[in-house]
Amino acid sequence: MVQYNQTRFDASFAALSDTTRRGVLEQLGRSDASITDLAEKFHMTLTGMKKHVGVLERAGLVITEKVGRVRTCKLGLCRLEEEGAWIERYRQLWGERFDELDNVVEELTRKEKVDGRKKRK
Amino acid sequence: MKNRTTVERKSERELVVTRTFNGPARIVFEAWTKPELFKRWWVPKSMGMSLRSCEMDVHVGGKYRLEFEPDGMAFFGTYLEVTPHSRLVWTNEEGGEGGPVTSVTFEEKGGKTLLVLHELYPSKEALDAAGTGAADAMGETFAQLDELLVTLGASMQRS
Repeated sequence: MVQYNQTRFDASFAALSDTTRRGVLEQLGRSDASITDLAEKFHMTLTGMKKHVGVLERAGLVITEKVGRVRTCKLGLCRLEEEGAWIERYRQLWGERFDELDNVVEELTRKEKVDGRKKRK
Repeated sequence: MKNRTTVERKSERELVVTRTFNGPARIVFEAWTKPELFKRWWVPKSMGMSLRSCEMDVHVGGKYRLEFEPDGMAFFGTYLEVTPHSRLVWTNEEGGEGGPVTSVTFEEKGGKTLLVLHELYPSKEALDAAGTGAADAMGETFAQLDELLVTLGASMQRS
């Protein structure tokens, strides 16, 4: 189970490391598109775009479907959400800790100012 | 208003957390190195746990140990770098060899402190495993919530 997840995380993070591929995901977030559409939008050859889509597809971030002669790409959403989920949980943990730390820092800063004023008197 | 906490997976082996605090570095540093202050913020209320003990020998080569109640879970490691008011580095040894090295830098600007926490894992597999653990825990939480909702739904139908 852990092994399986790790392989998927690796593939997804590698897929997300490229600007064009992130752009493609954003584009597909707005609407489904054919590989030809994507190639035009990103000023790329059809072959180049096919490669990018292939990487995204293997990572499970995109699914493609051939209807007639056109291959349509759409988001494979659940994977992205899963990735986001653990980073988000980690952020939440630190966010909660740091909100508490704020209180400690504010209290000490306030105390120091008061003490400082007392000393000057 | 609260400042924003950001998290970024900077590379295959690194996670970076940043946050600004409205106070001088001296004070933020103190809150990380004095047990009686550290205990006040380290464990989020939502975890339903608290620190039973917190020992910190804050100098290079010194050890720290945090123990939770009710279950006695412990976190421990060694300080590798201690530069007052600007930088702390320590190991996380409770998980064996796969544990990350944590560095925290404190940078003061205009009375505020930018804190950057950096966790470097020995391999990308170790980071993935930590992440997957978190994701699994999240799945478990949702599963529990699902169960609770089913139970609540059932009892509402009965009444």
